[in-house]
Amino acid sequence: MNIDWAALASVFGVSLVITVALVGLFTLGITGLAKQTATAQGGGGGVLARTGAYACFALCAAAVAYGIFLIVV
Amino acid sequence: MEHITLLLAIVVVTALVFDFTNGFHDTANAMATTISTGALKPKTAVAMSAVLNLVGAFLSVEVAKTISGGIINENGLRTEVIFAALVGAILWNLLTWLVGLPSSSSHALFGGLIGAAVMSAGWSSINGGTVVTKVLLPAIAAPLVAGVAALLATKLTYRLNRKITDEAQLKSTAKGYRAGQIASAGLVSLAHGTNDAQKTMGIITLALVTGGVLAPGSNPPVWVIASAGIAIALGTYLGGWRIIRTMGSGLTDLRPPQGFAAQTSAATVILASSHLGFSLSTTQSCSGAVMGAGLGRKGGVVRWSTATRMFVAWGLTLPAAGLVGAGAEFLTKQGPWGVAVVAVLLVAGSGAIWLLSRRKPVDHTNVNATGDEPAGVVTTASRPSARRPPV
Repeated sequence: MNIDWAALASVFGVSLVITVALVGLFTLGITGLAKQTATAQGGGGGVLARTGAYACFALCAAAVAYGIFLIVV
Repeated sequence: MEHITLLLAIVVVTALVFDFTNGFHDTANAMATTISTGALKPKTAVAMSAVLNLVGAFLSVEVAKTISGGIINENGLRTEVIFAALVGAILWNLLTWLVGLPSSSSHALFGGLIGAAVMSAGWSSINGGTVVTKVLLPAIAAPLVAGVAALLATKLTYRLNRKITDEAQLKSTAKGYRAGQIASAGLVSLAHGTNDAQKTMGIITLALVTGGVLAPGSNPPVWVIASAGIAIALGTYLGGWRIIRTMGSGLTDLRPPQGFAAQTSAATVILASSHLGFSLSTTQSCSGAVMGAGLGRKGGVVRWSTATRMFVAWGLTLPAAGLVGAGAEFLTKQGPWGVAVVAVLLVAGSGAIWLLSRRKPVDHTNVNATGDEPAGVVTTASRPSARRPPV
């Protein structure tokens, strides 16, 4: 019996890091947009917040695209 | 010769039936949280999952070459053994669906194969070490990995959005979470179509090889790919509402941030595990992720009674499907009449389970209502639309 602990550990590590990173990024994106909407209503600019949010979403989209790539290939 | 073709036809049909039960048994993995948080309407969710499963079935050409993953010795396997294994797996899938418990369809198939192979050729046909490394260890690891990832992700997302208190902002973030959740659920569906539909293709191909129709090592014919994809998509569209209810709202109460964290964790774990060489069950990863997300929110509660029943079902999957598979193989060994008896028993058993399910039907209209579940500690909002966004 040959248990591949290294593979299991890497699955654990990779899953943990990627999940937390993606959820974190996405949360930053949507909270950024929500705050930006609020400041815009108050008359402020918030271009930076909006750009940051879109950057977060772009990274998430890239991760999804990579996921599809992994499934297809 | 005629007898062989009839047997093969029965095996192909049975494999497609298994594929179908696999589809509706596993709809919950992708769509349970999506439905319970209200990201998608129930019918829309299962339709989307069905389409993605169908697409997934055609996506990859790298077919599961060894369907049993080395657990049993596939050389010299008789066609009847495959039939008996499928019978065990189908009946276990239907039974767990009846009681609304998510369990791994792959493990049911492994169990059926093991039981049938032992009955056919003795214990030597089983690779015990592979059973531990491919079934038992992943069964413990999958919910832990996905659960811890979802737990931490949920904690993080609540920490990051804690400054959002305004009503309009809460609505906007909840909408965002739901959109993200749909993307994660789509990935899970696609991966499911690729993995599980291919398992059926592999089985049908194996049956055709053992029946002498195809040369060993052949790729599955197009009709096999198409029928397997369609069977799993139809099953998915039918929706295993009982299991969706357990996973979406029976184990814990999920709010949009939790649903998003759970589904993202499940999608990541499934993709990471299948590409880093340590395959984990989709069902067990998703269940673990849901529980992790449930624990991650302050005041969130996992209904351990439901979770315990689910764990018991996981433990029983292999032996139960194995016993049925062994019994079925014992009958098919007796000759053509035995095969006929098993086929009749399979139809009768499936019919009986279906009739039992009609006594308390669960469908897309009441999938989010956790009526008969003793909620215990937390109050359950019956409709997701009635739930307040996270605070």
